[in-house]
Amino acid sequence: MMLIPCPWCGPRDESEFHYGGQAGVAYPDDPGALTDAEWARYLFFRDNPKGPFRERWSHTAGCRRWFSLVRDTVTNEIVA
Amino acid sequence: MADRNFRHSPLEGFSSGGAVAMSEVPFLAQINLRLDPAGPAAAAVGKDLGVALPRRGGTSATSGDVSVLWLGPDEWLVVGPPGAETRLTALLESAAGAAHASVVDVSAQRTAVALRGPRVRELLALGCSLDLHPRVFGVGDCAQTMLAHAPVVVWRRESEFWILVRASFAGHLAAWLEDAGIEFTVRD
Repeated sequence: MMLIPCPWCGPRDESEFHYGGQAGVAYPDDPGALTDAEWARYLFFRDNPKGPFRERWSHTAGCRRWFSLVRDTVTNEIVA
Repeated sequence: MADRNFRHSPLEGFSSGGAVAMSEVPFLAQINLRLDPAGPAAAAVGKDLGVALPRRGGTSATSGDVSVLWLGPDEWLVVGPPGAETRLTALLESAAGAAHASVVDVSAQRTAVALRGPRVRELLALGCSLDLHPRVFGVGDCAQTMLAHAPVVVWRRESEFWILVRASFAGHLAAWLEDAGIEFTVRD
């Protein structure tokens, strides 16, 4: 069980959270101008690094706020 | 004669003795309030309620028979005695005025279970991973978390813990509490 630091509620069990995938994926400025391939790349393609990974989490069983953190995908250590 | 009392609480008749005494606190007035904590509406609501909206996470504030529990950075649960929901809703709506705010009567969403006794923390620790030691979780502190896999609000009051639990989870939680409390009924 990971202990995830919610910025509002403090450290809580991982089971109180919902995972939101990679952080910082910007919505396209003009989605209508994208080709299908570009749209699919926006929708489905995500980084999969071995090491620090910036990702979204939601504290669903607590304050229900979304926040970002950096987790090491090898050790599960939360580094920021 | 027909039963004219149509109102039934989720844990009607629930109570349990022993080292941890449990009973339902039914029909509490509960209003969910969302607004900008730094805006003038927050100050107006605090003034009308007689107590400022708590800004620090996991705390509550009480004025008379009305308490305000922190649920999120811009969200609170205003808890009052049974029957106060109309008065509280009107008070909050008028205090919030034209501000971007949400006032919703959620009294029917949750019921409350009051737990008392010297072994309360030990009992809760069987199903909740929060540190409820008085040094960490003092009088007035509250937290939204999981207890026995049910989403709850744990609220420490003067001499007891109140567990606010959704109506549909209440039966499960009460059964779990009674079962978990068995080991504390043996006198030591």
